Amino acid sequence: MVPRPYVIKRIRKDTADTFTLELSPKDSRSRFTFAPGQFNMIYVYGVGEVPISICGDPASPTLVHTTRAVGNVTKAMAKLRRGDLVGIRGPFGTSWPVEQARTRDVVVVAGGIGLPPLRPALYHILAHREAYGKLVLLYGARTPDDILFREELENWRARFDLEVFVAVDRGTSEWRGNVGVVTTLIMKAGFDPTNTIAMIVGPEVMMRFTALELLKRGVKPEAIYLSMERNMKCGIGLCGHCQFGPVFTCKDGPVFRYDQIKDLLVKWEI
Amino acid sequence: METLERILAQHPFFKDLGGEYLQLVTGCASNVRFEADQVIFREGEEANQFYLLREGRVALQLFSPERGPLTIETLSEGDILGWSWLIPPYNWHFTAKSLDLTRAIALDGKCLRRKCEEDHNLGYELLKQFASVIEQRLESTRLQLLDLYGVRS
Repeated sequence: MVPRPYVIKRIRKDTADTFTLELSPKDSRSRFTFAPGQFNMIYVYGVGEVPISICGDPASPTLVHTTRAVGNVTKAMAKLRRGDLVGIRGPFGTSWPVEQARTRDVVVVAGGIGLPPLRPALYHILAHREAYGKLVLLYGARTPDDILFREELENWRARFDLEVFVAVDRGTSEWRGNVGVVTTLIMKAGFDPTNTIAMIVGPEVMMRFTALELLKRGVKPEAIYLSMERNMKCGIGLCGHCQFGPVFTCKDGPVFRYDQIKDLLVKWEI
Repeated sequence: METLERILAQHPFFKDLGGEYLQLVTGCASNVRFEADQVIFREGEEANQFYLLREGRVALQLFSPERGPLTIETLSEGDILGWSWLIPPYNWHFTAKSLDLTRAIALDGKCLRRKCEEDHNLGYELLKQFASVIEQRLESTRLQLLDLYGVRS
């Protein structure tokens, strides 16, 4: 697959090390469509290519990516300006079970930079709100300054049909919100564990402990989904870089059902 | 009207406690209320209570001369506040401050310690419950210490 050129329409700094790109195809006749949870390979010309989850509204024509400037490619990406071009290959991978979750309660648990991959699912559910039961968002960040999409979270919190809990690992003297790990919020949230679909994204350790808390609360293993991040290179299961036991994260994931990979999560060797 | 015994019986912390023990515990319980920003207990003071939070939020804090008051954890409805009443020398290790108007059931630690000495089965049941709370807090603290959301170097 050849990367298609996309123009940066807007670049926004979200936190000290996180930024958002809003992209449109250079050939404006083609429209990008994707399912919530999928990712793109983004090519910074002359530097390299990285897999990044799509974090915008699936119903919007604008392609949105939020990421952290942490490696060579994303650091170069952070320096791009409005009007610059990037190459896009995708969308790739599996998606969140938003159709299967219809009529059920949905619990979305995000840790750190794990919120962007979940945002399209939230947009989709909010756009079809009447089709779902309770909707709960639990979000854990490192510090108050690291909270992503703060304005949007505040707007969501003001809604009567969405329960939003935010906790930070380290508070500041000004912070009056919750302090503690995101897993402690699971027992506080109002949802019916026997009729819930849970979607989790964050560091692997956080996802493991979140899944354990959800199980403790009574959510079935087959109703828990998580998005894995491995060393994805080709995006089509060809190169083998992202092999995760018997599966390829780029092709068979990134969204997996917990019961299908729970044994792999605790294997040190893979 | 909701009696203290019924409130305690419905709380997850006491739900497995038998009726006979629940009556004993209720004898040491009272309703309390704290305004927002009220100090519930201070680090170093004698620890003679614990609380079942029913409403509101409480910050557990430490004071650092360089950084001021540092919130280590926030607790809210359904949580247990305080276990220093159970462990000698019975002094609070942290300061607890209500962030919002907070309602709780206070359990008198001296009263409970005496009843636990008289009836070791009650003591064992209570310790089992507290061990579970302490295990959860320890696990959360360990996860917090891992700084999972920080940039990997």
